[in-house]
Amino acid sequence: MAGLMAGFGHYTHAVVRGIPASLAKEALRSNPVEVDLAAAHREHESYVEVLKTKLGLEVVELPADESLPDCVFVEDAAVVCGDTALITRPGAESRRREAEVMKGALKDLNLNIVEMTDENATLDGGDVLFTGREFFVGLSKRTNQRGAEILADAFKDYAVSTVPVLEGLHLKSFCSMGGPGLIVIGSSEPAQKALKIMQQMSDHRYDKLTVPDDLAANCIYMNLPNKGHVLLHCTVEEYPESAKVFEKLKDHMLIPVSNMEKVKVDGALTCCSVLINKKANI
Amino acid sequence: MTTESGADSEAKQPQENKETEKAKAKAAEPTSPQNQPEELPAAAGHSTPARKEQEPQDEDLVSHRSSTSRLSRSPLRGVKKVKIMQCKVTLLDGSDYTLNVEKRAKGQVLFDKVCEHLNLLEKDYFGITHRDVENQKNWLDPSKELKKQIRTGPWNFAFNVKFYPPDPSQLTEDITRYYLCLQLRDDVVSGRLPCSFATHTVLGSYTVQSELGDYDPEELGSDYISELRFAPNQTKELEEKVMELHKTYKGMTPADAEIHFLENAKKLSMYGVDLHHAKDSEGVEIMLGVCASGLLIYRDRLRINRFAWPKILKISYKRNNFYIKIRPGEFEQFESTIGFKLPNHRAAKRLWKVCVEHHTFFRLVSPEAPPKKFLSLGSKFRYSGRTQAQTRRASSQIIRPAPFFERSSSKRYNMSRSLDGAPIMENHETLMKDSASDGAAKVIAKGDIITTVTTEKKAEEEKAEQEDAQMDPVVTAEPVVSTPLRHDTKTDSEQTDFAFDGEMTATESEADDDSEMRTQYSFIRRVKGENVFIKHSNLMLEDTSPPSEMVKHQTNISELKRSFLETGDSTPGLTEWEKRLSSSPARSPRTDEPPMIEPLDTEDEEPAGEETKEVVEPKATKAPGYLVKYVVDSITTSSGPHGISLSTTMDDDVFMDGTLREVEEKTPDSQDEVSERSMLKVSPRTVIQEVSQAISDKKGTLIILKDAEDKEEGKETSAVGEEEELVVPGEAEAQENEVSETVKEDTSVVLEAKTTIVKMPSLQMEIKTDDMTQIKGTGSPKKAMASWISDEAKTEASEIISVLTKEVKEMTAPDALQQKAEVFTFREFQTEQSKSSVTQITLSESSTTSLAVSTLGWVSSSQKTSDEPEEKEVVTTETEAVPEPAPAESTGPMIVDAVDAGTKETPVVHTETKTITYESAEVDTNGDVDPGVLLSAQTITSETTSTTTTTHITKTVKGGISETRIEKRIVITGDADIDHDEALAQAIKEAKEQHPDMSVTKVVVHKETEITPEEGED
Repeated sequence: MAGLMAGFGHYTHAVVRGIPASLAKEALRSNPVEVDLAAAHREHESYVEVLKTKLGLEVVELPADESLPDCVFVEDAAVVCGDTALITRPGAESRRREAEVMKGALKDLNLNIVEMTDENATLDGGDVLFTGREFFVGLSKRTNQRGAEILADAFKDYAVSTVPVLEGLHLKSFCSMGGPGLIVIGSSEPAQKALKIMQQMSDHRYDKLTVPDDLAANCIYMNLPNKGHVLLHCTVEEYPESAKVFEKLKDHMLIPVSNMEKVKVDGALTCCSVLINKKANI
Repeated sequence: MTTESGADSEAKQPQENKETEKAKAKAAEPTSPQNQPEELPAAAGHSTPARKEQEPQDEDLVSHRSSTSRLSRSPLRGVKKVKIMQCKVTLLDGSDYTLNVEKRAKGQVLFDKVCEHLNLLEKDYFGITHRDVENQKNWLDPSKELKKQIRTGPWNFAFNVKFYPPDPSQLTEDITRYYLCLQLRDDVVSGRLPCSFATHTVLGSYTVQSELGDYDPEELGSDYISELRFAPNQTKELEEKVMELHKTYKGMTPADAEIHFLENAKKLSMYGVDLHHAKDSEGVEIMLGVCASGLLIYRDRLRINRFAWPKILKISYKRNNFYIKIRPGEFEQFESTIGFKLPNHRAAKRLWKVCVEHHTFFRLVSPEAPPKKFLSLGSKFRYSGRTQAQTRRASSQIIRPAPFFERSSSKRYNMSRSLDGAPIMENHETLMKDSASDGAAKVIAKGDIITTVTTEKKAEEEKAEQEDAQMDPVVTAEPVVSTPLRHDTKTDSEQTDFAFDGEMTATESEADDDSEMRTQYSFIRRVKGENVFIKHSNLMLEDTSPPSEMVKHQTNISELKRSFLETGDSTPGLTEWEKRLSSSPARSPRTDEPPMIEPLDTEDEEPAGEETKEVVEPKATKAPGYLVKYVVDSITTSSGPHGISLSTTMDDDVFMDGTLREVEEKTPDSQDEVSERSMLKVSPRTVIQEVSQAISDKKGTLIILKDAEDKEEGKETSAVGEEEELVVPGEAEAQENEVSETVKEDTSVVLEAKTTIVKMPSLQMEIKTDDMTQIKGTGSPKKAMASWISDEAKTEASEIISVLTKEVKEMTAPDALQQKAEVFTFREFQTEQSKSSVTQITLSESSTTSLAVSTLGWVSSSQKTSDEPEEKEVVTTETEAVPEPAPAESTGPMIVDAVDAGTKETPVVHTETKTITYESAEVDTNGDVDPGVLLSAQTITSETTSTTTTTHITKTVKGGISETRIEKRIVITGDADIDHDEALAQAIKEAKEQHPDMSVTKVVVHKETEITPEEGED
């Protein structure tokens, strides 16, 4: 039986990309911080390892591109929902070309590709929160109204509501899905405000899980066969208080994943992969 | 379906019918002896003259199952002539069903017949639409005669789903689901219900299974699928995918396929969303979507806001503006009203009606009884059908065996035409369609949910406005068929309150009923034949809370004041987004709170008393993006019957017309709530100021504050553009006069006590203080803000006995800000005391005047008691120079600061305010225990270049005696050289002339003069 919008969190594939050496110096960041490239590599490897080995996803690893220092953050280059992939037009000029390789990879996965060709549109995947029932698109430094419109057009089944991102880089810099109908949200004021907006805009009811640290609110939820609810979240080392909150989730398979280095260049957990469900729908 | 029989019948009968008709000649339709010409004006274009009349027998042929029609008609036969109209109803499968109904039959008759024909029992989800001359789809009102709803053109209708059940699986019968599926298929194919490719395939595959049964290549052939339509743009690829899926459904029954279809369709974000074009304050095209859960706002297919029904307190429209009043958010203190501009008046009314109906259907347990008609000024539109809850209950009683019905390969999906087949113009429906179906005017990307509007629309809008303007003079005339465009223009505004959620109060003035209109005219005269004509009726008011709470209320106000004073500055730079959300900034992180999963739902929360501190922030909240108007209404809480609210309206030039709004809220029974609310009441002023501030930022905008009495629910004041121009802050002087006349036929209590007045000031001061603080908080001026704000504040009577009502009106002029206490201009309270705690709302109203900035205003209110035909003049209060009797030291400075912060360029204007009250001495001391029942209330505004007259008429029944009270407020705006005394005299004279049988009981003159004219002008 074909069913739409079923199986939130069901993934079979993940697309990731390597870290270029240029990341250490040239990757965009809100705060000038030194990145330990080697540590970042190790971190990313273990991240990919979790996806591949621990979770059994089919991982497509794209090669790093030195001319694209931020290319490891693949999430911004594409939004995949069901069998449709929207190739974005990242807000940062220096990142636009990241979409090219992504497009090829997704095409190879037989997804329907929708491209954002409008030159007035910008959209970073990090601003897109898909809850399983609808989209929220953060209007941020990187994402504009036009970009959101194109996303709405690409995923017509779903309501697409816009949410202002007042602080932080992306919408998902302070929130993410922690399960079906569960929004994990940071406790900062901007985060809470954004949550209120989302709540008001939505026809659906959500639960929220508030974590003390905004950045810790970015986690990765999956619903995998034989594993059930899986949550990749911050480590105790990074955010002890927030990690404790996650630990209270009893129904989830909890997998702390370190993100200490990548966070220095504004990379969060969700940023480093594009998750795909190839068995989706049809 | 039965199209053929309809054709047959058509051939037969013309003559017979005519004979019959003559026989009864004079009877029913004086206006239209011959319906032929009437029904088919040449202008309509499409005509089916021969069919207009048919004999009853034919009808039986046509709809054999229908017995109702015969019943309804037969008694009249032979005695009276009954005109029969042939109706063509396009059914959901695309076929036409032709049937006959009496010309005078109500919509329900037609609807019932169609449902009968369809063998549909769960019919409450459906309705019949008719396209008006603009080709807009309108829902037939079952309770009204068809002929009144179809003024021109052939009687062609369509049968449609009106309320899309959020969970179709809860429908009882398969046949109902089948019809719902048919509707949805049309929605999908027409593009009204956008979906992804994947969804098209899924829905298409279930459609195929339902219509054609199991996949069978031998029987169906390989190309069977191309005959069906699944999507606006059907591709080969889509068809292949549909077929692939179809193959997997072997054995699935049609009913099951439909259930699957619906399970998928219902999840689509646009499922059951009825879209309407509108514009926000900046003229940006948006779409308003009405659905089961509330009102959705879209801009370029993005959802930019959503107002769930529980969040909406009132909906109303006026001319081509549509307003929703929003319950304050969690941390907000104020209700806010948001306005949208619709393409024309009819569109606004249509939207309003759809909202009323959806709210009632989905949100209420049972429909609200329509307001009493006695003496009311307008008919009340209500949804009169069953609500979803009721229909579910009823359907659970259905015991018939599942009816057999044929799922024919519906023809229409083979063609790409819309349901109604007709070309579509402005209908929102087209918005979602591919541009192909649209007129040239609109360029719509295919599949667009939201379209942009073209310039043509503007033209139309203007035209509509003009029409509206012209309409009024015509109002009294019998509706003439030949003026199709105007037929419902008479209704200028209507509104509906959802006083408390689940409880909706609707006020509306209804245009269609001419008789009522005339009634109104009889006692209201417009000063000038301007197009400003607003009718209102009123309703509600039930209150149970005891008067004793008033004291509490006061206390709360002081507390509130304190809290306000403590509150720091405004939140800097709120973004549009924050403003957009009517909710206030989130609270700061609650670290103490256990980080567990919590449900998110704050939607309906009401602000708690302790949270008032945060009130400051919300003020700044404004959502320019889509807000046409941001109106903050003070919460009118009537505690107890006395509830009075003060409302102030400001108009700015954004809208041509100003609207005065009044809101009434019933006071909860619990005292706690009352106290909370009382705190809330304070806020209105703030709003005003804020608004004025905002306005002052604009160049020469006028602020007209009008106040209305709470009691009247629907009040509308319309400000005319000219007036606005006149009152330019800093230079113009505005005058407000209020004359109110009250006729009391019984000796009810009208007492205007000095004590009260004296007392009030102190109360006021507090309020003011609070406001100031709040204003301070409001750092961000509202920009193109909308225009009017209405506020209602209610002050409760204090200790002294039970004060019936007080009305406080305030006007704040931006310029006046620099003045000390006078900023607030002027307030007037009228208090009526009755020994008994119960007060009549109506009586308690007092007129207040408010003046804006360099305005000169006076208000005269007169009350008359029938016992005392004579007028006595009593000077009750005279305040000079400083309107605020009790300026608080701290208050003064604060005000200034606050204002300055908000508006720097405010011209300095010093004004002098004088208020004089003349009142007939008579005091009614009859213990009137009976609170009185408010029968109606209305507000009419008329304007000339220099004056605005607002008339409030309230009727109450008290102790079996009805009382009409008319309060007039005349605002005279003009140069200092106007002779105000003369103007006042004139106003009084006019009032007397207009209502010779009433007497003037009170005259309040409020004059505000500019003292120092050296302000900087922009």
